[in-house]
Amino acid sequence: MRLKLLSRSSLAAYDNGTYGSGKNDKGSRIGSPTGNPRSTREGMRASEGGFALLKTTLLLCLLLLAPFAGAKEAAPVAEDPEIERRMVALSEDLRCLVCQNETIAASRADFANDLRREIREQMQAKKSDKEIVDFLVARYGDFVLYRPPMKSTTLFLWFGPFILLLAGAVFLVFYLKRRRKHIEEPALSEQQLKQAEALLKEGKG
Amino acid sequence: MTRFLLPLAVFVVLVGFLLVGLGLNPRQVPSPLVGKPAPEFQLQQLHEPEKTLTSKENLGKVWLLNVWASWCVSCRQEHPVLVELSKSGIVPVYGLNYKDQRDDALRWLQQFGDPYAVSAVDPEGRTGIEFGVYGVPETYVIDKNGVIRYKQIGPVTVEALQNKILPLVRELQG
Repeated sequence: MRLKLLSRSSLAAYDNGTYGSGKNDKGSRIGSPTGNPRSTREGMRASEGGFALLKTTLLLCLLLLAPFAGAKEAAPVAEDPEIERRMVALSEDLRCLVCQNETIAASRADFANDLRREIREQMQAKKSDKEIVDFLVARYGDFVLYRPPMKSTTLFLWFGPFILLLAGAVFLVFYLKRRRKHIEEPALSEQQLKQAEALLKEGKG
Repeated sequence: MTRFLLPLAVFVVLVGFLLVGLGLNPRQVPSPLVGKPAPEFQLQQLHEPEKTLTSKENLGKVWLLNVWASWCVSCRQEHPVLVELSKSGIVPVYGLNYKDQRDDALRWLQQFGDPYAVSAVDPEGRTGIEFGVYGVPETYVIDKNGVIRYKQIGPVTVEALQNKILPLVRELQG
């Protein structure tokens, strides 16, 4: 989380400036429930009085309460879990244009928040996944898709690697064939044959 | 010697690809909306909330739509350029105040000058999505028929204005 915030702000200084806004970022409030720090301090004060048992009980209560405190702060998921599930599934295949290596499902950028809201609303309006994707592609181009469609401009993208592989294989076959021709059994002179025989005998002995 | 020619050629081609790739900016995603009619909108005006700005009002003239916000750092960078452009009177600049607070936006314009014929407010970024906005600032050149002819991603620089936007505007105004 911290790392991401850092990289966000440094990017904002260098580029478009949408990165840092994060105004409506409800998610950032998760994990810092407001009630907890003060009550922990109260627990400390009690221990100074020597009420060890009270302190332990208080701490235990706090521990038990902690998950609830966190849960209360979490941003409400959509009213309809089915739509939420569909939205997440769809947005996992969509690129966030602000933080380009993240999906719209994963990104915390304001832009991704907005698009998630848009997708959710369109799903509530009974639009199909394809209609929603078409809507986004019409506005942001194929770049929002993590799976680019097959068309004339993307042919090289889809088949380029296989063409390169094939070219490499063809080259390798030809190269090996040609090399085999070049390797000839070197003719040995009489003297060399004798030497070889002598060496072989030596090895047997 | 010739046996090195093929690997060398392959290498040169590869370097060529990489060199071009290095020069590209991955943040400049070409908009599919260029050449298409600008999305319709009807939005509150920034200065006079009781009035609205509609996309149809500007039919018949060439205009720029500049997406801006008071929280946007790069907007400050381009702002003097827009103020100058607006003073020149060559082409009207309309503002789309994107995901901003009215007070902040008004104060910002007071501080840095207001180049906009009218600024419309898009507090939730919905019109932004219609226009394919994904970063601020962005500037659209819209022709007499309401068709988007060019999209400047990032700040409007003097170079961009002189080399791209103004020649295009003059051509469209014809």
